[in-house]
Amino acid sequence: MGADYDYFDHDADIGVVGRGASLEQAFEAAAAAMFAIMADPAAVRPAATVRIEFDETDPELALVTWLNRLLAEARTRGLALSRFRLHRDGGRWSGEADGQPWHAGIVPGTEVKGATLTGLRVGRVGHDVEARCVVDV
Amino acid sequence: MDLSRLEPLDAYRWSLRGEAGRAPVVLFGDRELLTGMDDKVLEQIGNVARLPGLVGAAMTMPDAHWGYGFPIGGVAAFDAEQGGIISAGGVGFDISCGIRCLRTSVTLERLARKMKALADGLFVSIPAGLGREGHLHVDPETLDRILVGGAQWAVEHGYGSGEDLACIEDHGRADGADPAQVSAQAKARQLREMGTLGSGNHYLEVQVVDRVFDASAAAAFGIAEGDVLVSIHCGSRGLGHQIGTDYLVSLAKAAGRLGIALPDRELACAPIASPEGQAYLGAMRAGINCALANRQILAYLTRHTLRHFFPDAELPTLFDVSHNTCKAETHRVDGRERLLYVHRKGATRAFGPGHPALPDRYRPFGQPVIIGGSMGTGSYILAGCAEGEARAFSSASHGAGRQMSRSAALRRWRGRELIDDLAERGILIRTESMRGAAEEAPGAYKDVHRVAEATEGAGLARRVAFLRPKICIKG
Repeated sequence: MGADYDYFDHDADIGVVGRGASLEQAFEAAAAAMFAIMADPAAVRPAATVRIEFDETDPELALVTWLNRLLAEARTRGLALSRFRLHRDGGRWSGEADGQPWHAGIVPGTEVKGATLTGLRVGRVGHDVEARCVVDV
Repeated sequence: MDLSRLEPLDAYRWSLRGEAGRAPVVLFGDRELLTGMDDKVLEQIGNVARLPGLVGAAMTMPDAHWGYGFPIGGVAAFDAEQGGIISAGGVGFDISCGIRCLRTSVTLERLARKMKALADGLFVSIPAGLGREGHLHVDPETLDRILVGGAQWAVEHGYGSGEDLACIEDHGRADGADPAQVSAQAKARQLREMGTLGSGNHYLEVQVVDRVFDASAAAAFGIAEGDVLVSIHCGSRGLGHQIGTDYLVSLAKAAGRLGIALPDRELACAPIASPEGQAYLGAMRAGINCALANRQILAYLTRHTLRHFFPDAELPTLFDVSHNTCKAETHRVDGRERLLYVHRKGATRAFGPGHPALPDRYRPFGQPVIIGGSMGTGSYILAGCAEGEARAFSSASHGAGRQMSRSAALRRWRGRELIDDLAERGILIRTESMRGAAEEAPGAYKDVHRVAEATEGAGLARRVAFLRPKICIKG
């Protein structure tokens, strides 16, 4: 099953929403939403993996940190990313993302500069956990 | 925007009704522009007016729209001696994003004969969009020198001349930059991104002067009707984005530790005088220098490409403005001069006539102010005016300003159709991203003519010339 994500309107930028049965799944879906702004996930093969670890006890700041760390790794290594896995042990987060270097077959969307604290909310909605924030493009 | 909480001061200036614990708020723009703005603009600038050490009013420019932290088009000045703060959300991720405008000696007739070839040539030579690296790769030591030297470093290394530096804010270099306050991650992101345009609303545009409003100022700026110009809109690329990312979170945590009650966490800030504030200031100034060097390198690439098609072309810099900054400036407040830290987030500095920071030939007329419009409508060059000092710490609009979200634009337009329509109107667009083209549809922006008129009506800057797009390179 694909990631459960969506978008919400913002004048200058784009709001991303990830949903899942757990915090980790919601964050994975939010990452999928953000990277889908930059490239069609179906066009990105899992040829390379980036690994991320960080400490954060505040779930909302953890979402922003997760998204921004992924962006930084992707940009530094020249990768488009499409698949995301995240694990949490208390305030310790460790994640992975798969993707491949940009090439002519990946049609570029719009570059995301960073995840912001605007519209930032992490919490339970019905049976799901929802993670949302505005990303600057 | 619901105008019921506003009181008109005149046709172009509005005041938010007073509230305990909040400094004054002034919104610039006519009734229609304000009506079209999201209520979030009012909420965000109202929150800015609650921050410590604010001097005068928190303000929005006529092109304001909903941002993060500050609204885009937000201006606020803080006094360090009064506990004033510096805010990463008041500068933005794309530190020192701005516009470099080049004059050219190419005539419209000559341009018309080589339009398509030039558009294709610029699209190849100007790295734009996702997945494109710069032609210049630098090592970490060189990058540190760029972060201190700005456009001056670029000129010293052959990417321009001293004449360029005279026409860049702060002569192409922000003092006080501290590369040690920039994270290793931020630096790593920039090693292959010098001389890149980026995507989103960034562009390189070949334009023609369509109409002159102020012949004297236009003559001083070296432009006349029919002249061909080139404008480059971009910023500090990955390095600036990472500085914004790093400090948005660290300042949000610092604010709580330092006892600053934030009306909203997105206003992450620290006292200017605190170690945290000084660290961000040093990093942010390094970001400014990165952007100034980046635009200088892009100007070099542009000149190189144009001279391939027009070997005798002269391409001097008209001016280079930054519109995402916090700058230490001296302003006269209540009869005395004070050193203030002026945040302009999506707002352009607009010094009036006589200001000592301006090049000699511009000084009698005021600073060139560039309002970048959409790819289908056009842009304005204005000149800072004397009233702007007292009204807005010498600040003016920076663009047309969005009136529609990107998602809404994507639902309404298709990139390919838009590009074909513009080509029929004589505007050549070159981009890899059809999504980006649709998001940047001219209809997604406010009426740039109305924004420029309101900027003049509000006494912030007066119109000098209107520029019509001919070629637009987008990321």
